[in-house]
Amino acid sequence: MTSMSSLNALRTDKRMVIAATVIMGIALAVLPFIIGSGLGNSWLRILNFALLYIMLALGLNIVVGFAGLLDLGYIAFYAVGAYLYALLASPHFGLHLPVWVIIPAGAALAGIFGALLGAPTLRLRGDYLAIVTLGFGEIVRIFLNNLNAPVNITNGPQGISGIDPIHLGGFTLAKPISLFGFTLPSLHAYYYLFLALALFIVFVTIRLENSRIGRAWVAIREDEIAAKSCGINTRNIKLLAFTMGASFGGVAGGLFAGFQGFVSPESFNLMESVMVLCMVVLGGMGNIPGVILGGILLTILPEIFRHGSGPVQVAIFGKILLDPEALRMLLFGLALIVVMLYRPAGLWPSTTRRREFRGDSTNDVLKEGE
Amino acid sequence: MDIFIQQIINGLVLGSIYALVALGYTMVYGIMGLINFAHGEVVMIGAMVALTVIKLLANSGLPVFIIILLALAAAAVVCMAVGFSIERIAYRPLRHAPKLAPLITAIGVSIVLQNLSMLIWGRNYHAFPPILPTSAHDVFGATITTLQVAIVLIATLMMAGLIVLIHRTRLGRAMRATSENPSIAQLMGVNINQIISITFIIGSALAAVAGLMVSANYSIAHYYMGFMLGLKAFTAAVLGGIGNIAGAVLGGILLGLIESLGAGYIGDLTGGFLGSHYQDIFAFFVLIGVLIFRPSGLVGEKVSERA
Repeated sequence: MTSMSSLNALRTDKRMVIAATVIMGIALAVLPFIIGSGLGNSWLRILNFALLYIMLALGLNIVVGFAGLLDLGYIAFYAVGAYLYALLASPHFGLHLPVWVIIPAGAALAGIFGALLGAPTLRLRGDYLAIVTLGFGEIVRIFLNNLNAPVNITNGPQGISGIDPIHLGGFTLAKPISLFGFTLPSLHAYYYLFLALALFIVFVTIRLENSRIGRAWVAIREDEIAAKSCGINTRNIKLLAFTMGASFGGVAGGLFAGFQGFVSPESFNLMESVMVLCMVVLGGMGNIPGVILGGILLTILPEIFRHGSGPVQVAIFGKILLDPEALRMLLFGLALIVVMLYRPAGLWPSTTRRREFRGDSTNDVLKEGE
Repeated sequence: MDIFIQQIINGLVLGSIYALVALGYTMVYGIMGLINFAHGEVVMIGAMVALTVIKLLANSGLPVFIIILLALAAAAVVCMAVGFSIERIAYRPLRHAPKLAPLITAIGVSIVLQNLSMLIWGRNYHAFPPILPTSAHDVFGATITTLQVAIVLIATLMMAGLIVLIHRTRLGRAMRATSENPSIAQLMGVNINQIISITFIIGSALAAVAGLMVSANYSIAHYYMGFMLGLKAFTAAVLGGIGNIAGAVLGGILLGLIESLGAGYIGDLTGGFLGSHYQDIFAFFVLIGVLIFRPSGLVGEKVSERA
C-alpha cells in the first residue's frame, strides 16, 4: 500500500523508513476502530474480507504475475483450505482440531492440489492454460456440490455450517476478548489476525520475488526457452509457483471458513476466481503494492456500488428501478473494460512492466547500461 | 439398447448446438488468435431475445413457423449488433496489447452482458411457450421429437452454408487469408478490420440460432445459461482443433455424444458412486485430456508452444 511506495522512494534514508513504518503500523492498528465506529461493523467485515482477498491476490500473483501462468481456477485452492477447515473443525464429522493444525494442513493440502493441477499442464501456456485451470476450478466446485451421496463428505449444496470460530490458545475470536481490562470486539480480533497473516504473506512474497526462485519465475514468464537454456529447471520452478500460490490460497480459505462459520460450494464459483485474477491484473501484475491495491479496490468498490446504488436510485427516480445486485456487477464489468482499455498494464504496474508496455524496453535498458 | 440409442440421439441434438456455438469461437480464434470469452453470453442474449419475441407473438394467431422465423430474425439482428460492438469496444483497441488484456476485457464484457440481461429480463427462469409441435417419432425403440429433428437439420444446414461461404466465396477467401497472415492479407488489399467485424457478426448470428435452439430444446432460458454453454462449446472447439471449422463441428458432435452417453452410464460404471449430476464435468475432463495429450485437437494443425 502507501507504505510500499514510500518505502521505495525513501529506501536511502533509514530513519525515514523507520518513521514511515511506524506511522503505517499505527494507521493499520487503529484502522478497525475508525472504521468500526465511523462506518459500522458491516464495513469492518468488508475490511476483513479485503485482507483475505489480498492474501489470495498475492498467492495468485505468484502464479500469474511472477511466473506468467494464467490461472482461472485459483479459487479451487481457497475452497480446499476452507473445506478442510470446515471438515476438521465442525459438528459435521464431530472433529474439532485446533487452528494451528488445520491452517498449515490446509496450506499443505492446497499446495498438493496446486501441484496436481500444475503437473499435467506444464506444457500449456496462455489461453489454453487459462481454460484448463478454469475447468479444474469448476471440477472442484462440482465435486464439492455433489459429494454428499452416497457418502456424505461435503454436505452438498447446503454446505457446512456451525464451523468452529478461530481460537488461539484459550481465546476464541468469536467473542469479545478481555485482556488487561481492555475489551477487543470479535471483528477487531479477526482483523488483527488477518492483518498479521497478510503482512506475513507480503513479507514472504517480497523475499520470494528477490530470491533465486523469484528471478527464475520472471525468467520463465519472459521467455521459457531462454530460461531453460540458462539452466533453470523450468518444470520444478513452474510446479513450485503453482504449489506456493495454491498454499497461500489454502491459508486464506481456512481463515475464511473460521471467520464465516459456514462454507458452501457457491462461495467458490468461477466469478470468484475471475475476481481474484482481476485484482492481480488491474492492480498491476507482478507488482506487490499494485496487487495489494487491486485487492483493496476490488473488495471495496463492489460494496460501495452495492450500498450506494439503491439510495442513489431512490434519490434520482424516487424508487429502486434496477436490481442493485445486477447494477453493481454491471458497473464492475464496465470498470474492468475501461481500466483495461486505458491502462492495460494495470493501475500500478512495476517499473519493468511499465517499460515493456511503452514498447521501448531495449532502448531503456541500453541507455541505463551506458 | 434403446437407452443407448436414445442417448445417441440426445447427444446428436446437444452436439449440433455445441457445434454451432463452437464455430463462433473457432472462427474468431482462427482469425485473431483470441478466445472470445463473451461468446457464450451472445448465445444467451440470442435465446432471451428470441424467447421474448415468441412470448409476444404466441397468442397472435400467426403460424408457428412465422413466429419462430421472426424470433430468429430478431435474435440474429440483436446478436450481430452485440457481437459487432464487442469487437469494436473491447477487442479492437487491444489488438496489439499483451494477451491478458483482451482476456480481461472479454471477462468484463461477459459480466456486463450477463447483468444487463438480468436487469432487462430479471433473475427468473423463463419458460418456453408451448407452441412447438410435440410429436415424437420412433427410431429403433427410442423417441425423437420433431423439434430435435429440426435442430439437427438446421444446424447441419447452417454449418454446410458456413463451410461453403468460407471455401467458395470471395469473402471466405479474404477470411482465410486474414487468418493465415493478417499483414500480408492487408497488403493484398484485404480490409482486415472489416473481415474481423464480419467474422464476429457471422459468429454471433450462429450464436443467435444456437440460443433459440437451446431454449427450445430445454424449454427454458435464463440470464446465466450462456456461461456453461460457452465453456462447453469452447471445449468442443478445442477438441476438434481450435481455428479449424470442420474441427469445431466434429468436436461439438463428439462432445455432445460423450456428455449424454457419459451422463447415461456414469452411474452404472462407478457402481452408483457418481450420478448423472456429474454431467458437467465430462466436458472439463475431455478438455484437460485433449489439451494434455493432443493440444492441436483432433483435426487441428500443429499449434506453437505459446498458443
